[in-house]
Amino acid sequence: MRVAIRTAIAAAVLLAIYGLGLGVEAGFNEYVQRIVLLAGVNVILAVGLNLINGTTGQFSIGHAGFMAVGAYGAAFVGVKIAPTIHGLLGTGAAADAVVFNLALLAGALFAGISGLIVGMPSLRLRGDYLAVVTLGFGEIIRILFNNATFLGAATGYFGDDPSGLPAYTNFFWVFAWATTIVILIHNLTFSQTGRSLTAIREDEIAAEAMATPTTRLKVTAFAISAATAGIAGGLFAHMQAGVRPEDFRFEKSIDMIVMIIVGGLGSISGAILGGIFVAVSLELMRDLQQYRLVLYALLLVVIMIVRPQGLLGNRELYQLVRRRKATRAEGA
Amino acid sequence: MTQFFQQIINGLSLGSIYALIALGYTMVYGILKLINFAHGEVFMVGAYTGYYTAGALGISAFEARHQSFPLYLALIVLIASMAAAALLGVLIELFAYRPVRNAPRLTPLITAIGMSLFLQNAGMLVFSPNPQRYPAILSEVRFELMGVIVTNIKLTIFVVALGLMLGLHLFVQKTWTGRAMRALSFNIDAAKLMGIDTNRVIRSTFAVGSALAAAGGILFGLDQITINPLMGVLTGLKAFVAAVLGGIGSIPGAVVGGLLIGLAEQLTAGYLSPEYRDAITFVILILILLLKPEGLLGVVRVEKV
Amino acid sequence: MTLLELRKVDKIFGGLHAVRSVSFQVEKGSIFGLIGPNGAGKTTLFNVITGVYTPEQGEILFAGKNIAGLRPALIAARGVARTFQNIRIFRAMTVAENVMVAGHHLHSASILDSMLRTRRYEADEQALSKRARELLEILGLADLAGEIAGSLPYGSQRRLEIARGLMLSPELLLLDEPAAGMNSQEAQTLNEQIRFLRDQLGLTVILVEHNMAVVMNVCEKIHVVDHGETIAEGKPAEIKAHPKVLAAYLGEEAENEAVS
Repeated sequence: MRVAIRTAIAAAVLLAIYGLGLGVEAGFNEYVQRIVLLAGVNVILAVGLNLINGTTGQFSIGHAGFMAVGAYGAAFVGVKIAPTIHGLLGTGAAADAVVFNLALLAGALFAGISGLIVGMPSLRLRGDYLAVVTLGFGEIIRILFNNATFLGAATGYFGDDPSGLPAYTNFFWVFAWATTIVILIHNLTFSQTGRSLTAIREDEIAAEAMATPTTRLKVTAFAISAATAGIAGGLFAHMQAGVRPEDFRFEKSIDMIVMIIVGGLGSISGAILGGIFVAVSLELMRDLQQYRLVLYALLLVVIMIVRPQGLLGNRELYQLVRRRKATRAEGA
Repeated sequence: MTQFFQQIINGLSLGSIYALIALGYTMVYGILKLINFAHGEVFMVGAYTGYYTAGALGISAFEARHQSFPLYLALIVLIASMAAAALLGVLIELFAYRPVRNAPRLTPLITAIGMSLFLQNAGMLVFSPNPQRYPAILSEVRFELMGVIVTNIKLTIFVVALGLMLGLHLFVQKTWTGRAMRALSFNIDAAKLMGIDTNRVIRSTFAVGSALAAAGGILFGLDQITINPLMGVLTGLKAFVAAVLGGIGSIPGAVVGGLLIGLAEQLTAGYLSPEYRDAITFVILILILLLKPEGLLGVVRVEKV
Repeated sequence: MTLLELRKVDKIFGGLHAVRSVSFQVEKGSIFGLIGPNGAGKTTLFNVITGVYTPEQGEILFAGKNIAGLRPALIAARGVARTFQNIRIFRAMTVAENVMVAGHHLHSASILDSMLRTRRYEADEQALSKRARELLEILGLADLAGEIAGSLPYGSQRRLEIARGLMLSPELLLLDEPAAGMNSQEAQTLNEQIRFLRDQLGLTVILVEHNMAVVMNVCEKIHVVDHGETIAEGKPAEIKAHPKVLAAYLGEEAENEAVS
């Protein structure tokens, strides 16, 4: 019964997203549509990064690397399995959907695995050292892609078709995935696992003294956040003709950090707002490219000095009302 | 074999520059436990200050007449640059780091990253994003020593770097401020209780570190001939790795680390492939943090529970 | 039955020999005191027992098995709970959440279960929530369940730390200076609470404490260390009058006025 209700709700939500997508595609020009899609991709990036940086307090500043792994992974797998799937299911939208989502999942898997590889050795390190190591790994990943000839090296990977990668990404897929990821991460954050992650952030030594398997949890959270960056990467890849190493430089990691800092480190709704903010400001400042980074940088410094908790601190939008927070434990 | 010695010479000279910059990182970290991400940009500003000062002192006229730039003017360029950088370092500390000095560790980290980005991009706006040719503040003279090409520039880099490092050593050992700096790096709270004006000492630390980085900037310009506003990013990161390699917080460590990174980079470029000269530094960073995070000359810190 | 036994435990930090060949036994169901002047190595011993530090020498037997050098989370899972000298609660979380964090053994749902909010997950949460409530009742914190832990008064924070430790369903509870900052009335209440923990909850308690009114009153056996070494062990009455103990705390009588 419960499963039935939930499936019905899910179907309704997906239908709503689909309808909204039709509306956006009909009502707005391509320029605005692209901003909307980027906002959706950013939401996924921000919510995923917030899990490890915000909730768990382990500061990673090289996440662009995982986005790259997801992008390349999804693009490559998508291109390679397309013939087989089309052979089985024909060439309609259904077949495309299957190819695309399998590709995205593959990208997420690769990204998650690279998250494990980076996380396992790195998460032993303290705050600023961890940050620098993740920066290093992010750069190494990018340098590797830059030199990988079978993936197009510096020119980029455009698939086997001369016209580039298939443009699978649209409003529906971006926001279906975004909604799913937000719900899953929200549920995770407000669960015993989420509590344990927050405990690690608050006081890792005390958390350990309370039998929390800190290393395992940190690495898991890191891998999950890498995988979500991978999904975002896969979605991003199929909005472009190809995937280029240039799209995943340190600036991208900085964009992701600005998203979660502006919204409030530790807040999921904050991450959503931050993701939207960065997408919109990116486009608004397209003509002022050279000023964008100056302003972002200044924004980071000023926020840290004046309001380090960002917009929402570590609370959610629905908690903004200053009342005695009924413990989630008491809710049933 | 001569190839090997050539790489060694080049590596040591590059490494000396890294060491000068690494000193700034290590001294600030030793006291504040903060990675001054903006330090690479101070290095960059130092190089550019040298560029503009030399221009203001009419170096283009000398170059046009194929005359060497007078030594006393070169010294003025160096000193002006070091002074400007010292000022910049102090301002960065005052406006970006001091307000968040007591905040949880994450906040100063983000502030430092933000400051670094700000200076990079402001630099691109102010100095033009295009690379500039560095003026011949020192005219190059080459000579051969047993098949190895050595230039007076490389020698100057050694001499200047060595001189500055010796100066720093004397400063830290013999002067009151230097000793205060060491005291703060051991226990900042105790130093405060002893009546030491910690703010002043911290300012001096930033000033001295920045001045050294500026000298490194000018030497870098002389050696590499081009400069650009993003030069501090990669070089700064490499110098930071050098500081970590040597043991962050340790002054001799910064020197050792710098020279080692310079050597590693040159040898990789020479024997493996120039493509990987930057990557080797990241690999060293990861290895050292995983295997011996306190660095070669550093001390393991035990956290009190 | 001996629940905890230390055999010739040494802990060295670089040049500092913080714990020198310390041995003692703690009987199950007893209240054991560990005292000594500041810097004697008491908290270090706690840290060694709970796995924060690995001893250079010696064994630590908990219920017969050597736990020396095991990771803290493992030791905690085996039934050793502790509080901290400087109170290490999770300040940004609520009181109830602080306690629930320690409930790992009551929680078998996987991450996937959490993400999908399956029935198993919900059952686990109910169990955790219920147990946390019970413990908060025992410690008199039930009304504060929804408050942010960091906003609590000092005394409540200390009790919260104990409640959190109890969530582990421990056999052994290590209390590090629980009476710090308390007046004599609060100390009296603490004595009752410690006895309650032992009598009603079957816990074995080891107490590091400076407040002699608490130690002498509630401990059955007291172990005294100074400069990392054992200098005395015995019942409260014996320890009170022990010359070496007095010397350690008060300095050589001939040279010092009594300053506690």
